[in-house]
Amino acid sequence: MLKITNLHASVAGTPILKGISLTVKPGEVHAIMGPNGAGKSTLGHVLAGRDGYEVSEGSVTWDGQDLLALEPEARAAAGLFLAFQYPVEIPGVNNTYFLRTALNAQRRARGEQELDSMQFLKLVREKLSVLHISDELLHRAVNEGFSGGEKKRNEIFQMAVLEPRLAILDETDSGLDIDALKTVAEGVNALRSPQRAFVVITHYQRLLDHIVPDFVHVLADGRIVESGDKDLALRLEKEGYAWLAERRRESEALA
Amino acid sequence: MSEGFVHSLLDDFKRVEAGLPGAAHPWLQQARRENLEAFAQSGLPSSRHELWKYTVLHALDKRSFALPRAAAAPADLDLALAGVDGPRLVFVNGRFEASLSRLGDLPEGLSLRSLGVALQGEAEPLRFQLSRLFGEGDEGFARLNAACASDGVLLRVAAGTRVAPPVHLVFAGSAVEVDLAWHLRNLIEIEDGAELSLVEHWLDVATPAHLGNVIGHVNLGRDARLAWVRVQASGATSLSIARNEVALAEGATLVFTGLDLGAALARHDLLVKLNGQGARFEAAGAFLLGDRQHGDTRLEIRHEAPGAACDVRWRGVADDKARGVFNGTIHVAPGADGTAAQLSSRNLLLSSSAEIDTRPVLEIHADDVTAAHGATVGQLDEQALFYLRTRGIAQAEARAMLTLAFVREAVERVEPEPLREALAAMLAAKL
Repeated sequence: MLKITNLHASVAGTPILKGISLTVKPGEVHAIMGPNGAGKSTLGHVLAGRDGYEVSEGSVTWDGQDLLALEPEARAAAGLFLAFQYPVEIPGVNNTYFLRTALNAQRRARGEQELDSMQFLKLVREKLSVLHISDELLHRAVNEGFSGGEKKRNEIFQMAVLEPRLAILDETDSGLDIDALKTVAEGVNALRSPQRAFVVITHYQRLLDHIVPDFVHVLADGRIVESGDKDLALRLEKEGYAWLAERRRESEALA
Repeated sequence: MSEGFVHSLLDDFKRVEAGLPGAAHPWLQQARRENLEAFAQSGLPSSRHELWKYTVLHALDKRSFALPRAAAAPADLDLALAGVDGPRLVFVNGRFEASLSRLGDLPEGLSLRSLGVALQGEAEPLRFQLSRLFGEGDEGFARLNAACASDGVLLRVAAGTRVAPPVHLVFAGSAVEVDLAWHLRNLIEIEDGAELSLVEHWLDVATPAHLGNVIGHVNLGRDARLAWVRVQASGATSLSIARNEVALAEGATLVFTGLDLGAALARHDLLVKLNGQGARFEAAGAFLLGDRQHGDTRLEIRHEAPGAACDVRWRGVADDKARGVFNGTIHVAPGADGTAAQLSSRNLLLSSSAEIDTRPVLEIHADDVTAAHGATVGQLDEQALFYLRTRGIAQAEARAMLTLAFVREAVERVEPEPLREALAAMLAAKL
């Protein structure tokens, strides 16, 4: 589904990603962990198509096509979703209207029939009940005045409605108390399916107690320096990131 | 016909003068001639004048216009506006259009008719307003209007009457062989304790390049209330000039909503005097400009009495090579204690070739005053744009969505709801 090969990216001339390779197949859950400044969020932004990142080397393909050549909206229509670390507040744009516009834009791009407002509301009600989200959220402007937990839940709700094939969760756990974290994790787990993949970017292991990954990758200084199963996350939790310095030197020597 | 704006109109005035409504009243003809002479002296306002600094009229100087003569053939106008189905007064190319107006079965207490028709009868009650000589250097268009106005709105709501259906005023232009300069003079009186909703709508048929020049004199009596929606959606080649002077007595309230969407060049001066204690002025508005449009909005609010309040919130958007100007001045006279004044001007530039100049001014000569003002000029939030695009919304649609969210606030308080939605749809259609 997604194949990242030797990806190098920089911001304003400063290299951030220095040769990432990663393959994600349908149904898989990959966790990407690493210290602050390792390039975790940059990876999410480059995949979603944010301006301001220069890809100098490597490739990213989606079903064999060049993902980086697509506009952000085309990536979304192809089934890619980024849950933001800091969801953006958009005053004056109603949450429901926004989501319906987004869903129908994607459906149009895929040559599918658009949903009318009745069909859309039915879909929304279904998703709300699965995610235990109050429908009061729907009547407000997108993320405006939302608490940290509400913003993150709104991201998961959008994901549920848009039904992407691959969802990247960028530090969705940051700033959440344990109850909110559980709600978010339940929401993600409810969406797990053999057709859908997740890339869970996180600094802490605790989210992975609730969203159990198939693969864990450690990102440090712009490279994946270690990959393993969920036990790797536990080791990081216990030993911290300090031992990675050693790994980094090894991978640099290899590069 | 002589060349140039001033000469073409001076020439044509001689031709139409005797046919202007009320020509039989010597005082009126004299006022017209005096104003015309003053206009001949001053010409159009110069950009050297502070109030015309950003609106340069050189291009207009060189053009010739004719004054309207015979009534225009009834134009094929779609005047329907959701939520507005009450009495209606329609002017096309500066002439009252009876066939498009709705003046039958007026609600109790409402008097609504064409000024031109009224001037054929007893005109003495109108003398005070119509004999006025405009004198200031910025008032060239007002002088021209006072000389040439061929008609206008004459509206009165009797004391204590609440008129429920909104009154619809339409100022339309339609293409004829020559470019016209049409002038209307509106006299509106909301007597003590009376209430009215007014919807003023400018539009054109078949993109004429006329100059429409309208003056409104509006009086609100004690505790009177006027909700006034003004939509200027003239054609892309029109010139729209308007000056509205409103005076509020004790306890009166004016709730004004203004949208400037059309015209190649538009200027609206809204001059509000809060003469009575506790008078209140609330204004929300927006200009939404593209191509090479030029839109200039000027609000001047004068707090003359204690305990009055004003709250002005204006939004501006300019795209392409458009230029928007907002000038908002609040003047608090000595002794107007307890004044509460607020003015905010927020603006959005959608293109690097567009320009917006905003100038909020507070002049406070009283001691006990709560006043705040602010102005911003910014661009679309790139983060919000990216966020929308990651959800699948294409760039152009995402920009339109964010821009609409920005200007929509201007109409949020408009009643009834169908009208509010119709105005929002007009904003959306322009994006």
